[in-house]
Amino acid sequence: MINLKINNTPVSVPEGSTILEAAEKLGLKIPTLCHIKWDSFNTEHRCGSCRICVVEVTGRPNLAPSCCTPVAEGMDVHTNTNRAIRARRTMLELLLSNHPKDCLVCSKNQECELQKLASAFNIHHIKYEGAQSEFPVDENGAAIRRDMSKCIMCRRCETACNVVQTVGVLSGVNRGFNAVVAPENFAQLTDTACTFCGQCVQACPVGALTEIGYKDEVWEHLNNPKKTVIVQTAPAVRVAIGEEFGFQAGEISTGKLVAALRRIGFAKVFDTDWSADLTIMEEGTELLERIKSGENLPLLTSCCPGWVNFLEHQFPDLLHMPSTAKSPQQMFGAIAKSYYAEKTGIDPSNLIVVSIMPCLAKKYEASRPEFAHNGVRDVDYVLSTRELASMIKEAGIVFDRLPDEQYDSPLGESTGAAVIFGASGGVLEAALRTAAAWLEGDKDSPIDFVAVRGLEGIKEATVTIAGIELKAAVASGLGNVRKLLERIQRGEAQYHAIEIMACPGGCINGGGQPYNHGNTAILEARKDALYRADKGLPIRKSHLNPSIIKIYDEYLGKPNSEKAHKLLHTHYYAK
Amino acid sequence: MRINSLEALKDYKSRLCSVSSGKTSVLMSLGTCGLAAGGAKVADAIRAELDKGLSGKYEAVSVGCMGLCYCEPTIELRDETGRSAIYGHVTPEQIPAILAAGLDGEAAGATKVKRTWYYPEEEENKDGVLQARIALRNTGRIDPEKIDDYLKYDGYQALGKVLKTMAPEAVSKEILDAMLRGRGGAGFPTGKKWQFAAAQPKGQKYMICNADEGDPGAFMDRAVLEGDPHSVLEAMAIGAYAIGADKGIIYIRAEYPLAIERLQKAIKQAREMGFLGKGIFGTSFDFDIELKYGAGAFVCGEETALIHSIEGKRGEPTFKPPFPAIQGLWKKPTVVNNVETYANVAAIIRKGAAWFKSVGTPGSPGTKVFALAGKINCVGLVEVPMGTTLRDIIFGLGGGILNNRGFKAVQTGGPSGGCITTKNLDTPIDYETLKSIGSMMGSGGMIVMDEDNCMVNIARFFLDFTCDESCGKCTPCRIGNRRLYEMLTDICRGKGTEETLKELRTLSNVIKDTALCGLGQTSPNPVLSTLDNFFEEYEAHVKEKRCPAGVCTALLKFTINDNCIGCGLCAKNCPTGAISGKIKSKHVIDQDKCIKCGVCQQKCKFKAIDKK
Amino acid sequence: MTCCCECSKEKALDKLMRLEPEKTSELTAFIDGLPLVAGDVETNRGFLVETLHRAQGIFGYLPVEVQQVVSERLGLTRSEIYGVISFYSYFTDKPIGRYKINVCLGTACFVKGASKIVDELKAKLGVNEGETTADQKFFLGALRCVGSCSLAPVVMVNNRVYGNVTPDMVDQILADCQD
Ligand SMILES: Cc1cc2nc3c(=O)[nH]c(=O)nc-3n(C[C@H](O)[C@H](O)[C@H](O)COP(=O)(O)O)c2cc1C
Ligand code: SF4
Ligand code: SF4
Ligand code: SF4
Ligand code: SF4
Ligand code: SF4
Ligand code: SF4
Ligand code: SF4
Ligand code: SF4
Ligand code: FES
Ligand code: FES
Ligand code: FES
Repeated sequence: MINLKINNTPVSVPEGSTILEAAEKLGLKIPTLCHIKWDSFNTEHRCGSCRICVVEVTGRPNLAPSCCTPVAEGMDVHTNTNRAIRARRTMLELLLSNHPKDCLVCSKNQECELQKLASAFNIHHIKYEGAQSEFPVDENGAAIRRDMSKCIMCRRCETACNVVQTVGVLSGVNRGFNAVVAPENFAQLTDTACTFCGQCVQACPVGALTEIGYKDEVWEHLNNPKKTVIVQTAPAVRVAIGEEFGFQAGEISTGKLVAALRRIGFAKVFDTDWSADLTIMEEGTELLERIKSGENLPLLTSCCPGWVNFLEHQFPDLLHMPSTAKSPQQMFGAIAKSYYAEKTGIDPSNLIVVSIMPCLAKKYEASRPEFAHNGVRDVDYVLSTRELASMIKEAGIVFDRLPDEQYDSPLGESTGAAVIFGASGGVLEAALRTAAAWLEGDKDSPIDFVAVRGLEGIKEATVTIAGIELKAAVASGLGNVRKLLERIQRGEAQYHAIEIMACPGGCINGGGQPYNHGNTAILEARKDALYRADKGLPIRKSHLNPSIIKIYDEYLGKPNSEKAHKLLHTHYYAK
Repeated sequence: MRINSLEALKDYKSRLCSVSSGKTSVLMSLGTCGLAAGGAKVADAIRAELDKGLSGKYEAVSVGCMGLCYCEPTIELRDETGRSAIYGHVTPEQIPAILAAGLDGEAAGATKVKRTWYYPEEEENKDGVLQARIALRNTGRIDPEKIDDYLKYDGYQALGKVLKTMAPEAVSKEILDAMLRGRGGAGFPTGKKWQFAAAQPKGQKYMICNADEGDPGAFMDRAVLEGDPHSVLEAMAIGAYAIGADKGIIYIRAEYPLAIERLQKAIKQAREMGFLGKGIFGTSFDFDIELKYGAGAFVCGEETALIHSIEGKRGEPTFKPPFPAIQGLWKKPTVVNNVETYANVAAIIRKGAAWFKSVGTPGSPGTKVFALAGKINCVGLVEVPMGTTLRDIIFGLGGGILNNRGFKAVQTGGPSGGCITTKNLDTPIDYETLKSIGSMMGSGGMIVMDEDNCMVNIARFFLDFTCDESCGKCTPCRIGNRRLYEMLTDICRGKGTEETLKELRTLSNVIKDTALCGLGQTSPNPVLSTLDNFFEEYEAHVKEKRCPAGVCTALLKFTINDNCIGCGLCAKNCPTGAISGKIKSKHVIDQDKCIKCGVCQQKCKFKAIDKK
Repeated sequence: MTCCCECSKEKALDKLMRLEPEKTSELTAFIDGLPLVAGDVETNRGFLVETLHRAQGIFGYLPVEVQQVVSERLGLTRSEIYGVISFYSYFTDKPIGRYKINVCLGTACFVKGASKIVDELKAKLGVNEGETTADQKFFLGALRCVGSCSLAPVVMVNNRVYGNVTPDMVDQILADCQD
């Protein structure tokens, strides 16, 4: 342990700790901007670029950045001297002098770390004037908007993309005043290997990286009497949206979410959980077939479009491995525009399908050409959890006073197996529940596969079902995914099934979720909430979902039937 | 041929020295600037002349920089007894006369130059001789492309000595005792750095030579590399032995093609003779050196940035600690030293720490090479003992100010340093004194400024440089320096206020206090030191909207005085038609139209146009 | 699995081979001669700067396709390669004029009036610093000290050094540039 004094109070911290960590131990919050630490993932971004966190260290000629200065025995630190505070204020003033200051019309308004600091420091006039960097806005794709004139060069997005996700499409470019973060040759993201996972968006402290929004279009359709607008909500949305309305992280607001959507004006409020159950039917059948034949193992899950993009760009030799089942979002869209449209007699071109997703990659996924027929997309618009929260506020709906309401039928009925799709390990667990039941019978087959839960990047489990020893793995965060896939490529690992999610921890940490600013306790709470929701549901196995049973009886026949294939399966392309 | 023992090396040397050709050497200074000044043509003329029958009497030798850059092309005639005559501003046409005159005669029309240095390793301090050559001991004296020339001057004997007779710890200790301080700028004790790296667990370690020399106006390192590359190789090998490294890297700027070529040749020769490679001097010590090239980024001279650059990354500095000696290239212990630092090492090992400390000041022993440039008569390289005064350097060795103008200031330490004025001309300079007078040693560039230089404009120039060269990583340097630059620009354009002056100082201090690396931590120095020393000049710009040196165009006013005879030439040449007047009567300038291009003043034959 | 999108897009190497066969072979031969270690990104990255030096030497600049080839061969991401190219002033991804006129703006040259030379060149060529004339003949740039400070102010045209330059000499310097 190292002993030091901060503001004259002694404190002991392990060797290698930073001044910032030592100060935290004393309950001091030194302001930071470029620094971010994701505790649950053991990842830290410590580039020391913003210089907001400087403190005075006795005997040192200049100020020390507390986020990257290691403690030393006998160190005497002062965090709030006039010199330190004025320097921090100057850093803010300098950043603001090269910043558009568009807060009122910025999608990061009220969530922006720069704005919060400016407010905390009570900066109310712009001290330095001069040149401001300008860059063209990239809003070319369906998912991510990059406005680099707002970039403060914290480089967090680079760590998210290159180190955490190992996608590597972002780099610091240029130098000096013109330095900024960009893809190669200032390309637009759609022309790069970007997976649209949105982890850079989650990491960005300011409004430089945000999503492409579709609220306006959705409002327009909602007010068009010719259109029937229905909505689906992804599993992870219900445990996160409350945070936008002041709820504790981890509160389950499913009922209020449904009520809010109804008040916004959606004709039907359905649930992606329903199509998650459908996914298990298709994927589970495929899994059992592959196990039986012993061919093409392991089966990789395919419900995460960020991961699918990663696969298509970086592992073209493994394109045969994932399940061909579409993601729940796209299954929902396909069924809505076929089965549901037929049943209700709505012309598919007048049926608008909106999804509420924790995810930015889903925005891209819905725009893929293979998910449209004659110009009609299966899923018309994808809104993030954040965008929905804003619609609710816009509509003047008081979220916390809403009653709890139920999803509509039939595409709103679901099981506990579906709701855990939102956390890393959930899809695999859901598949195992059904596979076990199919092989062992529902009476005794296990439900809880605790070994695959949790935020670790790579989890492994061996389960014995009906005498077969099944080896399964779960990876979340594309960096971990890469590690696992490389082991498979080298023939070092043999599995039957692997669940893969692009975002570390799964969709609870999606790029469209309320910003967590690196606080992974929020993610833990969201994850726990999903498993609580699962526990509380009467049916917890996908194949027992009555409306799923019904759609196979009425429409699809059997899982993996020809019709099911046409509607519910897809294929992958090398990019 | 491989040399495997110290005795063999000494033998080899005495054999080299005993063959006497009886010829007088014609040393031709063929460094980059000698060549740029036309040295190659002079060399051709010399060779042609020798071919015509003088080859029995003379031997042509190409050497590196003699330090007399102001009078390039330069040649020196020297016989085996050491008698010498140096000619400057040599033209090919003068060659026959010079060679005919020889050491004793006078060549009509040619300019003789006096030699002003001695070699502390060989001679006692001669009274009144200001220069002492340790780092430059061979530069300008040997053919850098011939290893035998280096061996004649005891080359590689220091390496032989440490490998055969000294433990690695003793080597670091000797360098520490000599108190050799880093010549790259910061003055950190080299021996201590070596000790840190040596103390790291055994395993892969690296010895790096920082030959990035990006400081504009400084060219000491280039002169050493072009003129005496082996001295650097030998020192790197000595350091590698001391810390336990087997790999050396010279990071050299791509703008130095000649130095690169000479280093490549030198490395090859050293390998052939067994001074680099496996089993050096027949011991179990292995060490080899490779070159890595810069690509135009000043900040890559900073050691962590340099390491990133070698690793193939953007040259952005990172926070220290960890220091490179603990965790450097590829995360392994790494020593980074400057070229000139290395150039001192072999001499220290040969002659001992006590000898080295007999030169210079107690706190900063040894010598320092300075590159004199700017408004000074004798632009060039000088090497003086630490503690020499600026006056001796500028007015003694530098020959005073160009065109007899008044001395205004000298900038030391380049963009990280500060201006020194008349009042400190008599300060004996070393690391500490320079700091105390608001500048720093830096790499050794000295730019002399005269009364025609506007100090606000100079500060602005340095900030322009820093803004260009900032890596852009940290806020104070990326944005802060840009704002300083803009404030200085405002002042030069007459838009500055007293508030600007105050803010200039405040922001400068915050940048120094918060920047991540040495570049940002020192970049406001030129601003602060000009503010301290030339405040009245700033005030003139701000209060009277006047540039006393007449440099800041926006503040100038062109007017016509009574000398005007009304010839009309100015009006004809004014690009904006700002001048009017009847022929044969006094003309006037319309200040609103004038863009201050200065053409009229150049054209007027009657000194009738004033610029104020 | 076959593909239905347009990823039949020509591979960078093929395109480069088609456009510049000799230059491309020279580059790939150079890269093949490097002691690269398959799968060891850290080690291979250490050869990036010299590869870019060489590539620019061959092609005159670093067009996207060259960057792509280097990226594939060294196993580095394209963004990091561009990050490096855009960091070092020596590298450029735009074609530049046949005559690279670089005015030294180092301190020694500056105090001796180099900015006047720049102004003169700007006026004569009608381009700003860092730009190439429309006919692709001249590129106007700045350098920071070429180490010939004794000849300040210095102008370099390709590898030729002009010393003690005055604004009046600019015409002659340009006239010396004959194709
Ligand atoms: C911006 C900046 C530029 C530098 N440039 C050089 C340089 O060109 N050459 C050099 O030897 N050291 C340079 N240094 C100093 C090096 O970081 C390092 O301290 C030095 O190479 C150590 O060698 P020394 O101890 O022998 O001086 C620079 C430092 C900074 C902050
Ligand atoms: S990024 Fe932050 S500070 Fe900038 S305009 Fe948006 S909200 Fe305001
Ligand atoms: S409170 Fe101030 S910033 Fe906000 S809208 Fe009103 S005037 Fe604008
Ligand atoms: S969305 Fe994901 S892959 Fe794309 S740039 Fe951001 S972090 Fe990288
Ligand atoms: S885009 Fe955002 S996360 Fe990336 S460096 Fe800029 S401010 Fe930081
Ligand atoms: S993990 Fe979930 S939120 Fe993240 S990209 Fe995949 S589907 Fe989207
Ligand atoms: S001080 Fe300047 S050069 Fe150094 S890290 Fe900061 S921005 Fe880069
Ligand atoms: S050139 Fe001189 S003398 Fe002639 S009109 Fe102009 S100012 Fe008068
Ligand atoms: S300085 Fe130029 S613009 Fe002004 S009057 Fe003279 S010639 Fe005309
Ligand atoms: S938070 Fe420490 S430097 Fe940015
Ligand atoms: S003689 Fe040219 S550099 Fe000295
Ligand atoms: S400053 Fe121009 S050559 Fe050195």
